[in-house]
Amino acid sequence: MSEKKSISTHVKSTSGVDVSHCYQCGKCTAGCVQAERMDYPPQYIMRLLQTGSEENYEKVLRSRSIWVCLNCENCYERCPQSIDIPHVMDMLREESLKRGIAHKDASKIIAFHRSFLSQIKNTGRLWEVGMEAEYKLRTMDLMQDVKLVPSMLSKGKLSILPEVIVDKAAVKKIFDRTVGVEKEK
Amino acid sequence: MEKVGLYPGCSLKGSSREYGESVVALARVLGLPLEEIKDWNCCGASSAHAVSKELSLALPARVLSLAAAQGYKELLVPCAACFSRLKTTQHTLMGDDERRKKIEDIIGAEVGGVKILSVMEWLEKYAIDAIKEKMNHPIKARVACYYGCLLVRPSGVIKGDRVEDPQSLDNLVKLAGATPIDWAFKTECCGGGMSIAATETVGKLSAAVMEDATHRGAKAIVVACPMCHSNLDMRRPYINKNMEKATDVPVLYITQLLGMACGLTAEEVSVGRHFVNYKEEEICQK
Ligand code: SF4
Ligand code: SF4
Repeated sequence: MSEKKSISTHVKSTSGVDVSHCYQCGKCTAGCVQAERMDYPPQYIMRLLQTGSEENYEKVLRSRSIWVCLNCENCYERCPQSIDIPHVMDMLREESLKRGIAHKDASKIIAFHRSFLSQIKNTGRLWEVGMEAEYKLRTMDLMQDVKLVPSMLSKGKLSILPEVIVDKAAVKKIFDRTVGVEKEK
Repeated sequence: MEKVGLYPGCSLKGSSREYGESVVALARVLGLPLEEIKDWNCCGASSAHAVSKELSLALPARVLSLAAAQGYKELLVPCAACFSRLKTTQHTLMGDDERRKKIEDIIGAEVGGVKILSVMEWLEKYAIDAIKEKMNHPIKARVACYYGCLLVRPSGVIKGDRVEDPQSLDNLVKLAGATPIDWAFKTECCGGGMSIAATETVGKLSAAVMEDATHRGAKAIVVACPMCHSNLDMRRPYINKNMEKATDVPVLYITQLLGMACGLTAEEVSVGRHFVNYKEEEICQK
């Protein structure tokens, strides 16, 4: 009982969402474009969280579902109980990363997020060329999208140099005070 | 007319620069005062919120605070992803004093209360008369207005259009002479920010969107989101793998379509930067 309470309280206090209000109607899953690529559809994720067992919580944190969710907000919009599933997904991803138990199929997605954020941390803005390079190194998928490069260059869609904001220290500070100095791998 | 601040965000300065260029060109031809805010940072887009809630609030909070401190009352945010992050941040912080104080402490400034405008809200508020007056090249084609996710959902935060069958883009293209089609995929997801990390998925989801639009005879897709645009345009080879019949229907930003209707050339609104060619004779009345 106390375990049950602590997990739903944890979900509620970190995401602000009370999953106990879900009555398992399945509307979220019915409208989820990613459900077929998930191991547990959104409705089932809610159910697993409701059980409150640490075992089920970990199952969710290890799932592929939380990483393929696109935050399209369809489930939240249509849920008769206004359960903010995408927000819960955010919190679950954060926790899954913290515990280092993210699903193996999520490695490219996580590599993308990390490459994206490290560009911003350094310059304040996203430099897509730098992000692509870092992403390729992180995934070792060096050939991905190389065929696009010449046409992207000719269409002026790639900047050779990053834009750096004046007060980049302010952005660096935001990273240090939120994700911490050494949390990023 | 008071100057509206512009937050272009990274995409509009990089791989979707044609959107940024066409926003500025349209503002110029319609005589709408617009000025890029200074020293803005990335809003964290689809990555920050997957990693840290605090980071996903603090990055947009700095942008909101800059806009307010630089004296703008309204901030135009054309990118749908930036728009969504800024709106979400403002919504969250306005409803939670404790969190707002914490985030203000992290960014070292007050968030302020600038009014955030999507490109549709900006046009509806300031451009209707100017478009009617300037329009000299009406669009004759049937077009599919594609809203995607972030411009309409969640409705409790966005508080804009009808959520399952939005009308704002439809009304704007009508103003330019075009015929918006009725279709089923207006607000379905194209795959969003997964273009690089899950390209095949994007191909499938975007193909479903293109399939419906082309079946119903759309000659162009009209968007207001750089992610929707690059998924439907740059990822067209992946889309065509999933289509019954390969399609070459182009994808235009609303600002490009309106710009051309108001006499700007294709070059002035940068349609040449797209991967799928735009055929003027099929869309514009000459
Ligand atoms: S739509 Fe809402 S109430 Fe219904 S199953 Fe999904 S989360 Fe639960
Ligand atoms: S937000 Fe995620 S879980 Fe909800 S419908 Fe979209 S992809 Fe599915």
